[in-house]
Amino acid sequence: MAEVGLNHFLVVSAILFALGLYGIVTRKNAVMVLMGIELILNSANINFIAFSRFGNFGLNGQVMALFVIILAAAEAAIALAIVLNIYKTFINVNVDEIDKLKE
Amino acid sequence: MNLYDIIFYLFAVVTVVSAIVVVTSKNIIYSAFSLLFTLFGIAGLYVLLGADFVAVVQIMVYVGGILILLLFGVMLTNKITSVDIRTGTINIFPALLGSMLLLCVLIVLFLSTEWVTVPAELSKSTTAGIGKLLLTEYVLIFELLGILLLVALIGAASIARREKE
Repeated sequence: MAEVGLNHFLVVSAILFALGLYGIVTRKNAVMVLMGIELILNSANINFIAFSRFGNFGLNGQVMALFVIILAAAEAAIALAIVLNIYKTFINVNVDEIDKLKE
Repeated sequence: MNLYDIIFYLFAVVTVVSAIVVVTSKNIIYSAFSLLFTLFGIAGLYVLLGADFVAVVQIMVYVGGILILLLFGVMLTNKITSVDIRTGTINIFPALLGSMLLLCVLIVLFLSTEWVTVPAELSKSTTAGIGKLLLTEYVLIFELLGILLLVALIGAASIARREKE
């Protein structure tokens, strides 16, 4: 096997991206869809940091990765609040059954 | 194959295998807990890439914050005592086809591109450099993200506690 370089990290992040997409499309439960989104955000972060290390970018990629983590935290908090509200209104959180904006 | 490579493959296998469990397990709790291993594996990859500060932030924010939040979401939206915590799956075949296609395209793209890489120097601690960048070049984004987090906090609290009249 070749020496571990940029391509190895990129392949891992591609696999995580595909798995996250698969999770988003196939899962019914809204919380599971959120987990797929987290996987995709993490795969983007791996790319940011890998290019920051192997390209000549200094620390800029790492700062971008920090911003992505902050956005992911805000997104998870808001999305779970919405999921809880949906649960209070419809008594389930299956994304394929909820097709009304209000009761 | 030196020690760096062995550790990389270890973390990569942990990350990918637990990510597969996340998206295929029928039980939401199993998925949430294997997401824990995925996040730890990714933090390990960050350390291998010389990003020590981001790795610690990853563990603190993702494992300590977001994962706990997701577990709360699972616990609060399922009747644990009466109904078993299961999640249905839909569209398995088209999703498998689509994501495999995307994966193949991405990997071919990544491997066929001639990336210009510089030899990675021995990494020092990155915390001081990130702090300087955050307060000089990226100070506007930094402040905006602070406001965004405040808005998200207030918004989440007001959405989740809204009373039905």
